[in-house]
Amino acid sequence: MAQANAKKLTPIQREYQALAKAYEPSRPLLQNFIRAFVVGGAISVLGQGLEDMFIHYFGFTQKTAGNPTVAILILLAALATGLGVFDKLASFAGAGTAVPVTGFANSIVSTALEHKSEGYVLGVGGNMFKLAGSVLVFGVVAAFFIGIIRSLPGLGG
Amino acid sequence: MLIGHQSWKFSTRPQILSTAVVGGPFEAQGPLAEDFDILHGDLLLQQKSWEQAEQMLLHEACDKAIEKAHLTKDRIQFFLSGDLMNQIISSSFAARTLASPYLGIFGACSTSMEGLALAALLVDKQCARYVMTATASHNASAEKQYRYPTEYGSQKPPTAQWTVTAGGAAVVGAVEAAANEAVDGSVIDPIAKDEETKGRLAVTSATVGRVVDMGLTDPFNMGAAMAPAALATIEAHFRDLDVGEEHYDLVVTGDLGKVGAKILGELMVRHGIHIPDDRYADCGLLIYGDNPAVWSGGSGCGCSASVTYGHLFRELRRGRWKRILVVATGALLSPLSFQQGESIPCIAHAVAIERDGDTP
Repeated sequence: MAQANAKKLTPIQREYQALAKAYEPSRPLLQNFIRAFVVGGAISVLGQGLEDMFIHYFGFTQKTAGNPTVAILILLAALATGLGVFDKLASFAGAGTAVPVTGFANSIVSTALEHKSEGYVLGVGGNMFKLAGSVLVFGVVAAFFIGIIRSLPGLGG
Repeated sequence: MLIGHQSWKFSTRPQILSTAVVGGPFEAQGPLAEDFDILHGDLLLQQKSWEQAEQMLLHEACDKAIEKAHLTKDRIQFFLSGDLMNQIISSSFAARTLASPYLGIFGACSTSMEGLALAALLVDKQCARYVMTATASHNASAEKQYRYPTEYGSQKPPTAQWTVTAGGAAVVGAVEAAANEAVDGSVIDPIAKDEETKGRLAVTSATVGRVVDMGLTDPFNMGAAMAPAALATIEAHFRDLDVGEEHYDLVVTGDLGKVGAKILGELMVRHGIHIPDDRYADCGLLIYGDNPAVWSGGSGCGCSASVTYGHLFRELRRGRWKRILVVATGALLSPLSFQQGESIPCIAHAVAIERDGDTP
Protein backbone atom coordinates (compact mmCIF):
# COMPACT_ATOMS: atom_id res chain seq x y z
CA MET A 1 0.00 0.00 0.00
CA ALA A 2 2.67 2.46 1.05
CA GLN A 3 4.74 1.45 -1.95
CA ALA A 4 1.82 1.87 -4.34
CA ASN A 5 1.36 5.40 -2.98
CA ALA A 6 5.05 6.15 -3.20
CA LYS A 7 5.02 5.22 -6.87
CA LYS A 8 2.22 7.67 -7.64
CA LEU A 9 4.11 10.59 -6.10
CA THR A 10 5.89 12.98 -8.42
CA PRO A 11 9.60 13.66 -7.87
CA ILE A 12 8.72 17.09 -6.46
CA GLN A 13 6.30 15.55 -3.97
CA ARG A 14 8.90 12.99 -2.94
CA GLU A 15 11.54 15.66 -2.51
CA TYR A 16 9.19 17.77 -0.43
CA GLN A 17 8.16 14.86 1.76
CA ALA A 18 11.80 14.17 2.53
CA LEU A 19 12.25 17.83 3.49
CA ALA A 20 9.10 17.82 5.64
CA LYS A 21 10.25 14.64 7.36
CA ALA A 22 13.53 16.32 8.28
CA TYR A 23 11.64 19.14 9.97
CA GLU A 24 9.22 16.90 11.83
CA PRO A 25 10.09 16.89 15.53
CA SER A 26 10.28 13.31 16.77
CA ARG A 27 7.94 12.10 19.45
CA PRO A 28 9.57 12.06 22.89
CA LEU A 29 9.51 8.25 23.00
CA LEU A 30 11.62 7.62 26.10
CA GLN A 31 9.66 10.21 28.07
CA ASN A 32 6.37 8.68 26.84
CA PHE A 33 7.53 5.19 27.81
CA ILE A 34 8.51 6.26 31.31
CA ARG A 35 5.26 8.15 31.87
CA ALA A 36 3.18 5.25 30.55
CA PHE A 37 5.10 2.82 32.75
CA VAL A 38 4.67 4.89 35.89
CA VAL A 39 0.99 5.79 35.45
CA GLY A 40 -0.02 2.42 33.95
CA GLY A 41 1.88 0.70 36.75
CA ALA A 42 0.17 2.84 39.39
CA ILE A 43 -3.25 1.94 37.96
CA SER A 44 -2.28 -1.75 38.04
CA VAL A 45 -1.07 -1.46 41.63
CA LEU A 46 -4.37 0.18 42.54
CA GLY A 47 -6.21 -2.69 40.81
CA GLN A 48 -4.14 -5.25 42.68
CA GLY A 49 -4.84 -3.47 45.96
CA LEU A 50 -8.57 -3.50 45.25
CA GLU A 51 -8.47 -7.18 44.35
CA ASP A 52 -6.62 -8.05 47.57
CA MET A 53 -9.16 -5.99 49.50
CA PHE A 54 -12.06 -7.93 47.99
CA ILE A 55 -10.33 -11.23 48.73
CA HIS A 56 -9.33 -10.43 52.32
CA TYR A 57 -12.26 -8.41 53.59
CA PHE A 58 -15.27 -9.37 51.43
CA GLY A 59 -14.78 -13.10 51.03
CA PHE A 60 -14.18 -13.16 47.28
CA THR A 61 -11.93 -15.79 45.76
CA GLN A 62 -8.97 -15.17 43.47
CA LYS A 63 -11.29 -15.93 40.54
CA THR A 64 -14.34 -13.89 41.51
CA ALA A 65 -12.49 -10.80 42.82
CA GLY A 66 -11.68 -9.69 39.25
CA ASN A 67 -15.20 -8.47 38.42
CA PRO A 68 -15.74 -6.00 41.30
CA THR A 69 -12.15 -4.74 40.86
CA VAL A 70 -12.70 -3.96 37.18
CA ALA A 71 -16.06 -2.39 38.02
CA ILE A 72 -14.42 0.02 40.47
CA LEU A 73 -11.66 0.97 38.01
CA ILE A 74 -14.30 1.60 35.33
CA LEU A 75 -16.31 3.68 37.78
CA LEU A 76 -13.27 5.76 38.70
CA ALA A 77 -12.31 6.30 35.06
CA ALA A 78 -15.88 7.26 34.15
CA LEU A 79 -16.03 9.68 37.06
CA ALA A 80 -12.68 11.22 36.12
CA THR A 81 -13.89 11.59 32.53
CA GLY A 82 -17.08 13.31 33.63
CA LEU A 83 -15.16 15.65 35.90
CA GLY A 84 -12.89 16.57 33.01
CA VAL A 85 -9.60 15.37 34.51
CA PHE A 86 -9.13 12.09 32.65
CA ASP A 87 -8.16 13.68 29.32
CA LYS A 88 -5.50 15.75 31.06
CA LEU A 89 -4.05 12.72 32.82
CA ALA A 90 -4.20 10.71 29.58
CA SER A 91 -2.41 13.33 27.52
CA PHE A 92 0.38 13.03 30.09
CA ALA A 93 0.33 9.25 30.46
CA GLY A 94 -0.57 8.10 26.93
CA ALA A 95 -0.67 4.30 26.82
CA GLY A 96 -0.45 4.26 30.61
CA THR A 97 -4.14 5.12 30.87
CA ALA A 98 -5.25 3.88 27.44
CA VAL A 99 -4.20 0.23 27.76
CA PRO A 100 -5.81 -0.64 31.15
CA VAL A 101 -9.60 -0.90 31.38
CA THR A 102 -9.62 2.81 32.28
CA GLY A 103 -8.95 3.75 28.63
CA PHE A 104 -11.87 1.65 27.48
CA ALA A 105 -14.20 3.26 30.01
CA ASN A 106 -13.00 6.72 29.01
CA SER A 107 -13.61 6.08 25.31
CA ILE A 108 -17.24 5.16 26.01
CA VAL A 109 -18.03 7.87 28.55
CA SER A 110 -16.35 10.65 26.56
CA THR A 111 -18.28 9.81 23.37
CA ALA A 112 -21.53 9.54 25.29
CA LEU A 113 -20.93 12.98 26.84
CA GLU A 114 -19.90 14.49 23.52
CA HIS A 115 -22.97 13.31 21.63
CA LYS A 116 -25.54 14.00 24.33
CA SER A 117 -26.47 17.16 22.42
CA GLU A 118 -27.87 14.98 19.62
CA GLY A 119 -30.32 13.27 21.99
CA TYR A 120 -30.28 10.04 23.99
CA VAL A 121 -31.19 7.59 21.22
CA LEU A 122 -29.32 8.83 18.15
CA GLY A 123 -26.69 10.76 20.10
CA VAL A 124 -25.68 8.84 23.23
CA GLY A 125 -26.93 5.40 22.19
CA GLY A 126 -25.79 5.61 18.62
CA ASN A 127 -22.34 7.00 19.30
CA MET A 128 -21.07 5.71 22.62
CA PHE A 129 -19.38 2.70 21.04
CA LYS A 130 -17.95 4.75 18.20
CA LEU A 131 -14.40 4.41 19.56
CA ALA A 132 -14.87 1.34 21.75
CA GLY A 133 -16.77 -0.60 19.08
CA SER A 134 -13.71 -1.73 17.21
CA VAL A 135 -12.10 -2.93 20.46
CA LEU A 136 -15.19 -5.07 21.09
CA VAL A 137 -15.40 -6.40 17.54
CA PHE A 138 -11.77 -7.38 17.27
CA GLY A 139 -11.66 -8.55 20.89
CA VAL A 140 -14.55 -10.95 20.24
CA VAL A 141 -13.07 -12.11 16.92
CA ALA A 142 -9.68 -12.72 18.53
CA ALA A 143 -11.30 -14.55 21.47
CA PHE A 144 -13.20 -16.74 19.00
CA PHE A 145 -10.06 -17.88 17.24
CA ILE A 146 -8.09 -18.32 20.45
CA GLY A 147 -11.02 -20.39 21.73
CA ILE A 148 -10.85 -22.65 18.68
CA ILE A 149 -7.10 -23.04 19.02
CA ARG A 150 -7.47 -23.91 22.69
CA SER A 151 -10.10 -26.56 21.96
CA LEU A 152 -7.85 -28.35 19.48
CA PRO A 153 -6.85 -31.77 20.81
CA GLY A 154 -3.48 -31.80 22.47
CA LEU A 155 -3.55 -28.06 23.27
CA GLY A 156 -4.67 -26.55 26.55
CA GLY A 157 -8.19 -27.59 27.75
CA MET B 1 -8.66 44.52 -11.70
CA LEU B 2 -6.93 41.30 -12.62
CA ILE B 3 -3.21 41.63 -12.34
CA GLY B 4 -0.91 38.83 -13.40
CA HIS B 5 -2.40 35.36 -13.32
CA GLN B 6 -4.29 35.11 -10.07
CA SER B 7 -4.27 38.45 -8.27
CA TRP B 8 -6.59 41.40 -7.93
CA LYS B 9 -5.52 44.99 -7.44
CA PHE B 10 -8.16 47.16 -5.78
CA SER B 11 -7.74 50.63 -7.27
CA THR B 12 -10.53 52.26 -5.22
CA ARG B 13 -8.82 51.11 -1.99
CA PRO B 14 -11.76 49.51 -0.17
CA GLN B 15 -11.63 50.50 3.51
CA ILE B 16 -11.75 48.26 6.53
CA LEU B 17 -14.42 50.15 8.46
CA SER B 18 -14.24 47.98 11.53
CA THR B 19 -13.17 44.60 12.82
CA ALA B 20 -14.20 42.64 15.89
CA VAL B 21 -12.81 39.52 17.51
CA VAL B 22 -14.28 37.25 20.17
CA GLY B 23 -12.31 34.58 22.01
CA GLY B 24 -12.65 31.74 24.49
CA PRO B 25 -11.11 31.12 27.93
CA PHE B 26 -7.85 29.65 26.65
CA GLU B 27 -7.29 32.59 24.28
CA ALA B 28 -7.95 34.90 27.24
CA GLN B 29 -4.81 33.51 28.88
CA GLY B 30 -2.70 33.99 25.76
CA PRO B 31 -0.37 36.89 24.98
CA LEU B 32 -2.91 38.53 22.62
CA ALA B 33 -5.77 38.64 25.13
CA GLU B 34 -5.87 42.45 25.05
CA ASP B 35 -6.57 42.48 21.32
CA PHE B 36 -9.93 40.74 21.71
CA ASP B 37 -13.17 42.75 21.89
CA ILE B 38 -15.00 40.08 23.88
CA LEU B 39 -13.50 37.20 25.87
CA HIS B 40 -15.52 34.36 27.33
CA GLY B 41 -14.69 32.50 30.54
CA ASP B 42 -17.03 29.64 29.67
CA LEU B 43 -15.97 27.36 26.82
CA LEU B 44 -19.65 26.63 26.10
CA LEU B 45 -20.53 30.35 26.04
CA GLN B 46 -23.67 29.46 28.05
CA GLN B 47 -24.94 27.44 25.11
CA LYS B 48 -26.20 23.86 24.97
CA SER B 49 -23.67 22.43 22.53
CA TRP B 50 -20.20 23.10 21.14
CA GLU B 51 -21.77 23.84 17.77
CA GLN B 52 -24.02 26.49 19.26
CA ALA B 53 -21.03 27.95 21.08
CA GLU B 54 -19.24 28.33 17.76
CA GLN B 55 -22.27 30.03 16.22
CA MET B 56 -22.30 32.37 19.19
CA LEU B 57 -18.67 33.35 18.58
CA LEU B 58 -19.50 34.25 14.99
CA HIS B 59 -22.64 36.01 16.02
CA GLU B 60 -21.01 38.21 18.62
CA ALA B 61 -18.12 39.06 16.31
CA CYS B 62 -20.59 40.20 13.62
CA ASP B 63 -22.70 42.25 16.01
CA LYS B 64 -19.65 43.92 17.47
CA ALA B 65 -18.16 44.70 14.05
CA ILE B 66 -21.40 46.30 12.88
CA GLU B 67 -21.59 48.31 16.10
CA LYS B 68 -18.01 49.50 15.79
CA ALA B 69 -18.64 50.58 12.19
CA HIS B 70 -21.62 52.64 13.42
CA LEU B 71 -23.85 50.77 11.02
CA THR B 72 -27.01 48.76 11.45
CA LYS B 73 -27.61 45.19 10.32
CA ASP B 74 -29.84 46.21 7.42
CA ARG B 75 -27.07 48.32 5.91
CA ILE B 76 -24.79 45.31 5.44
CA GLN B 77 -25.47 44.49 1.82
CA PHE B 78 -23.64 41.20 1.62
CA PHE B 79 -22.41 38.82 4.26
CA LEU B 80 -19.61 36.40 3.38
CA SER B 81 -18.85 33.77 5.93
CA GLY B 82 -17.45 30.28 6.37
CA ASP B 83 -16.29 27.90 9.10
CA LEU B 84 -15.09 24.36 9.69
CA MET B 85 -18.36 22.67 10.58
CA ASN B 86 -20.02 20.28 8.15
CA GLN B 87 -22.18 22.28 5.70
CA ILE B 88 -20.78 25.48 7.29
CA ILE B 89 -23.67 25.57 9.75
CA SER B 90 -22.15 28.17 12.05
CA SER B 91 -22.07 30.70 9.23
CA SER B 92 -25.47 29.89 7.81
CA PHE B 93 -27.07 30.04 11.25
CA ALA B 94 -25.43 33.39 11.96
CA ALA B 95 -26.67 34.60 8.56
CA ARG B 96 -30.18 33.51 9.50
CA THR B 97 -30.27 36.01 12.33
CA LEU B 98 -28.41 38.68 10.43
CA ALA B 99 -30.85 38.54 7.50
CA SER B 100 -28.37 40.09 5.05
CA PRO B 101 -27.90 38.57 1.58
CA TYR B 102 -25.42 35.82 2.32
CA LEU B 103 -22.76 33.89 0.46
CA GLY B 104 -21.34 30.89 2.28
CA ILE B 105 -17.68 30.21 1.58
CA PHE B 106 -15.32 27.44 2.55
CA GLY B 107 -11.55 27.56 2.60
CA ALA B 108 -10.94 25.71 5.87
CA CYS B 109 -8.54 27.85 7.92
CA SER B 110 -7.94 30.17 4.93
CA THR B 111 -11.58 31.31 5.05
CA SER B 112 -10.73 34.61 6.74
CA MET B 113 -8.67 35.94 3.83
CA GLU B 114 -10.90 34.30 1.21
CA GLY B 115 -13.76 36.31 2.67
CA LEU B 116 -11.78 39.53 2.97
CA ALA B 117 -10.52 39.27 -0.62
CA LEU B 118 -14.06 38.73 -1.94
CA ALA B 119 -15.49 41.48 0.25
CA ALA B 120 -12.89 43.93 -1.04
CA LEU B 121 -13.61 42.84 -4.62
CA LEU B 122 -17.35 43.46 -4.23
CA VAL B 123 -16.73 46.91 -2.81
CA ASP B 124 -14.03 47.75 -5.34
CA LYS B 125 -16.28 46.81 -8.26
CA GLN B 126 -19.10 48.89 -6.76
CA CYS B 127 -21.24 45.82 -6.28
CA ALA B 128 -21.79 46.88 -2.68
CA ARG B 129 -21.13 49.73 -0.29
CA TYR B 130 -20.83 47.66 2.84
CA VAL B 131 -19.82 44.02 2.98
CA MET B 132 -19.18 42.05 6.13
CA THR B 133 -16.99 38.97 6.21
CA ALA B 134 -16.62 36.67 9.18
CA THR B 135 -15.42 33.30 10.31
CA ALA B 136 -15.08 31.34 13.54
CA SER B 137 -13.77 28.10 14.94
CA HIS B 138 -14.24 26.38 18.28
CA ASN B 139 -11.72 23.99 19.76
CA ALA B 140 -14.26 21.48 21.05
CA SER B 141 -16.52 21.45 17.98
CA ALA B 142 -13.50 20.96 15.71
CA GLU B 143 -12.12 18.18 17.93
CA LYS B 144 -15.53 16.53 17.89
CA GLN B 145 -15.85 16.64 14.12
CA TYR B 146 -12.27 16.02 13.04
CA ARG B 147 -10.71 14.08 15.89
CA TYR B 148 -11.92 12.72 19.23
CA PRO B 149 -14.47 13.75 21.87
CA THR B 150 -13.35 16.57 24.16
CA GLU B 151 -13.00 14.36 27.23
CA TYR B 152 -11.31 11.51 25.39
CA GLY B 153 -7.76 11.05 26.61
CA SER B 154 -5.18 10.81 23.89
CA GLN B 155 -1.59 11.82 23.47
CA LYS B 156 -0.84 14.01 20.48
CA PRO B 157 2.43 14.21 18.55
CA PRO B 158 4.50 17.43 18.75
CA THR B 159 3.40 18.32 15.20
CA ALA B 160 -0.28 18.61 16.23
CA GLN B 161 -1.96 22.01 16.53
CA TRP B 162 -4.55 23.47 18.86
CA THR B 163 -7.77 24.68 17.21
CA VAL B 164 -8.40 28.26 18.28
CA THR B 165 -11.72 29.14 19.93
CA ALA B 166 -12.40 32.51 18.36
CA GLY B 167 -14.50 34.39 15.88
CA GLY B 168 -13.55 37.40 13.79
CA ALA B 169 -15.52 39.75 11.58
CA ALA B 170 -14.63 42.70 9.36
CA VAL B 171 -16.79 45.31 7.68
CA VAL B 172 -15.41 46.53 4.36
CA GLY B 173 -16.79 49.66 2.73
CA ALA B 174 -16.08 52.07 -0.08
CA VAL B 175 -14.25 55.30 0.78
CA GLU B 176 -16.72 57.54 -1.04
CA ALA B 177 -19.76 55.70 0.36
CA ALA B 178 -18.72 56.59 3.86
CA ALA B 179 -17.82 60.17 2.92
CA ASN B 180 -21.00 60.87 0.91
CA GLU B 181 -23.26 59.76 3.65
CA ALA B 182 -21.45 61.92 6.13
CA VAL B 183 -22.23 64.96 3.95
CA ASP B 184 -25.98 64.40 3.74
CA GLY B 185 -26.01 63.71 7.44
CA SER B 186 -27.76 60.34 7.30
CA VAL B 187 -24.86 58.62 8.90
CA ILE B 188 -21.65 59.80 10.47
CA ASP B 189 -18.38 58.80 8.92
CA PRO B 190 -17.86 55.44 10.47
CA ILE B 191 -14.10 55.64 10.35
CA ALA B 192 -13.29 59.04 11.77
CA LYS B 193 -15.43 58.92 14.89
CA ASP B 194 -14.16 55.82 16.52
CA GLU B 195 -10.98 56.37 18.47
CA GLU B 196 -9.96 52.79 18.07
CA THR B 197 -10.40 52.74 14.31
CA LYS B 198 -8.53 55.98 13.78
CA GLY B 199 -5.97 54.84 11.24
CA ARG B 200 -7.64 54.04 7.94
CA LEU B 201 -6.86 50.59 6.64
CA ALA B 202 -7.28 49.83 2.97
CA VAL B 203 -7.29 46.49 1.22
CA THR B 204 -4.98 47.05 -1.72
CA SER B 205 -4.60 43.68 -3.41
CA ALA B 206 -5.29 39.99 -3.05
CA THR B 207 -3.96 36.77 -4.49
CA VAL B 208 -6.22 33.75 -4.79
CA GLY B 209 -4.31 30.55 -4.13
CA ARG B 210 -4.22 27.31 -6.04
CA VAL B 211 -4.76 23.97 -4.34
CA VAL B 212 -1.39 22.38 -3.63
CA ASP B 213 -1.12 18.75 -2.58
CA MET B 214 2.28 17.35 -1.77
CA GLY B 215 0.89 13.94 -0.91
CA LEU B 216 1.13 14.28 2.87
CA THR B 217 -1.45 12.24 4.74
CA ASP B 218 -0.88 12.95 8.44
CA PRO B 219 -3.78 15.02 9.83
CA PHE B 220 -1.65 15.68 12.93
CA ASN B 221 0.94 17.48 10.84
CA MET B 222 -1.00 20.08 8.89
CA GLY B 223 1.73 22.70 9.10
CA ALA B 224 3.94 20.59 6.85
CA ALA B 225 1.03 19.92 4.49
CA MET B 226 0.13 23.62 4.19
CA ALA B 227 3.60 25.18 3.90
CA PRO B 228 3.94 24.53 0.12
CA ALA B 229 0.53 26.15 -0.48
CA ALA B 230 1.67 29.23 1.43
CA LEU B 231 4.86 29.35 -0.62
CA ALA B 232 2.94 29.04 -3.91
CA THR B 233 0.66 31.94 -2.99
CA ILE B 234 3.47 34.17 -1.70
CA GLU B 235 5.46 33.51 -4.88
CA ALA B 236 2.44 34.19 -7.07
CA HIS B 237 1.67 37.40 -5.19
CA PHE B 238 5.15 38.86 -5.59
CA ARG B 239 5.21 37.80 -9.25
CA ASP B 240 1.73 39.14 -10.14
CA LEU B 241 2.10 42.42 -8.28
CA ASP B 242 5.70 42.75 -9.41
CA VAL B 243 6.93 43.82 -5.99
CA GLY B 244 9.91 42.67 -3.96
CA GLU B 245 10.06 41.15 -0.50
CA GLU B 246 10.85 44.57 0.95
CA HIS B 247 7.46 45.93 -0.14
CA TYR B 248 5.78 44.54 2.97
CA ASP B 249 6.76 45.37 6.51
CA LEU B 250 5.33 42.04 7.59
CA VAL B 251 4.35 38.84 5.83
CA VAL B 252 2.18 36.74 8.10
CA THR B 253 0.92 33.22 7.48
CA GLY B 254 -2.30 31.80 8.89
CA ASP B 255 -1.62 28.71 10.94
CA LEU B 256 1.52 26.91 9.91
CA GLY B 257 2.69 26.53 13.50
CA LYS B 258 6.30 25.92 14.53
CA VAL B 259 6.78 22.99 12.15
CA GLY B 260 5.16 24.57 9.10
CA ALA B 261 6.77 27.98 9.61
CA LYS B 262 10.24 26.41 9.72
CA ILE B 263 9.55 24.46 6.54
CA LEU B 264 8.21 27.58 4.80
CA GLY B 265 11.38 29.44 5.80
CA GLU B 266 13.48 26.75 4.17
CA LEU B 267 11.26 26.63 1.06
CA MET B 268 11.40 30.42 0.62
CA VAL B 269 15.20 30.36 0.73
CA ARG B 270 15.25 27.58 -1.86
CA HIS B 271 12.91 29.58 -4.10
CA GLY B 272 14.90 32.78 -3.76
CA ILE B 273 12.44 34.69 -1.57
CA HIS B 274 14.29 36.35 1.25
CA ILE B 275 12.07 37.60 4.05
CA PRO B 276 14.06 38.34 7.21
CA ASP B 277 12.88 36.71 10.44
CA ASP B 278 11.71 39.98 11.95
CA ARG B 279 9.41 40.58 8.98
CA TYR B 280 7.75 37.20 9.05
CA ALA B 281 5.19 35.93 11.54
CA ASP B 282 2.62 33.17 11.83
CA CYS B 283 -0.79 33.70 13.47
CA GLY B 284 -0.63 30.17 14.91
CA LEU B 285 2.55 31.11 16.77
CA LEU B 286 1.43 34.60 17.81
CA ILE B 287 -1.85 33.64 19.45
CA TYR B 288 -0.51 31.38 22.21
CA GLY B 289 3.13 32.45 22.34
CA ASP B 290 5.44 29.68 23.45
CA ASN B 291 2.87 27.60 25.32
CA PRO B 292 3.94 23.93 25.02
CA ALA B 293 0.35 22.80 25.65
CA VAL B 294 -0.58 23.71 22.07
CA TRP B 295 2.23 21.57 20.55
CA SER B 296 3.13 23.16 17.20
CA GLY B 297 0.81 26.18 17.55
CA GLY B 298 -2.75 27.37 16.96
CA SER B 299 -4.93 26.54 13.96
CA GLY B 300 -8.51 26.85 12.76
CA CYS B 301 -10.54 29.51 10.96
CA GLY B 302 -10.55 31.63 14.09
CA CYS B 303 -6.75 31.65 14.30
CA SER B 304 -5.90 33.84 11.31
CA ALA B 305 -9.17 35.76 11.70
CA SER B 306 -8.68 36.73 15.35
CA VAL B 307 -4.97 37.49 15.08
CA THR B 308 -5.35 39.51 11.87
CA TYR B 309 -8.53 41.38 12.74
CA GLY B 310 -7.44 41.88 16.33
CA HIS B 311 -3.73 42.07 16.97
CA LEU B 312 -2.31 42.79 13.49
CA PHE B 313 -4.83 45.46 12.48
CA ARG B 314 -4.46 47.19 15.81
CA GLU B 315 -0.68 47.34 15.47
CA LEU B 316 -1.07 48.45 11.87
CA ARG B 317 -3.36 51.30 12.92
CA ARG B 318 -0.94 52.29 15.65
CA GLY B 319 1.71 52.72 13.02
CA ARG B 320 3.99 49.80 13.80
CA TRP B 321 3.82 48.79 10.14
CA LYS B 322 2.65 50.46 6.95
CA ARG B 323 1.85 47.43 4.78
CA ILE B 324 1.25 43.83 5.65
CA LEU B 325 0.51 40.72 3.62
CA VAL B 326 -1.68 38.15 5.32
CA VAL B 327 -1.44 34.66 3.82
CA ALA B 328 -4.15 32.52 5.42
CA THR B 329 -3.52 28.82 4.96
CA GLY B 330 -6.10 26.05 4.88
CA ALA B 331 -6.00 22.26 4.86
CA LEU B 332 -8.94 21.08 2.77
CA LEU B 333 -9.36 17.64 4.29
CA SER B 334 -12.33 15.96 5.88
CA PRO B 335 -12.34 13.19 8.52
CA LEU B 336 -13.70 10.90 5.81
CA SER B 337 -11.05 11.72 3.22
CA PHE B 338 -8.11 10.98 5.50
CA GLN B 339 -9.65 7.76 6.78
CA GLN B 340 -9.96 6.67 3.16
CA GLY B 341 -6.26 7.29 2.75
CA GLU B 342 -6.47 10.46 0.67
CA SER B 343 -3.70 13.02 0.95
CA ILE B 344 -4.34 16.53 2.26
CA PRO B 345 -4.99 19.22 -0.38
CA CYS B 346 -4.05 22.67 0.88
CA ILE B 347 -4.66 26.25 -0.13
CA ALA B 348 -3.54 29.74 0.85
CA HIS B 349 -5.07 33.13 0.05
CA ALA B 350 -3.12 36.36 0.42
CA VAL B 351 -4.54 39.81 1.12
CA ALA B 352 -2.46 42.98 1.31
CA ILE B 353 -3.56 45.66 3.78
CA GLU B 354 -2.14 49.15 3.95
CA ARG B 355 -2.52 52.02 6.37
CA ASP B 356 -3.71 55.14 4.58
CA GLY B 357 -2.05 58.32 5.83
CA ASP B 358 -2.30 58.86 9.57
CA THR B 359 -5.32 60.30 11.30
CA PRO B 360 -8.02 61.09 8.76
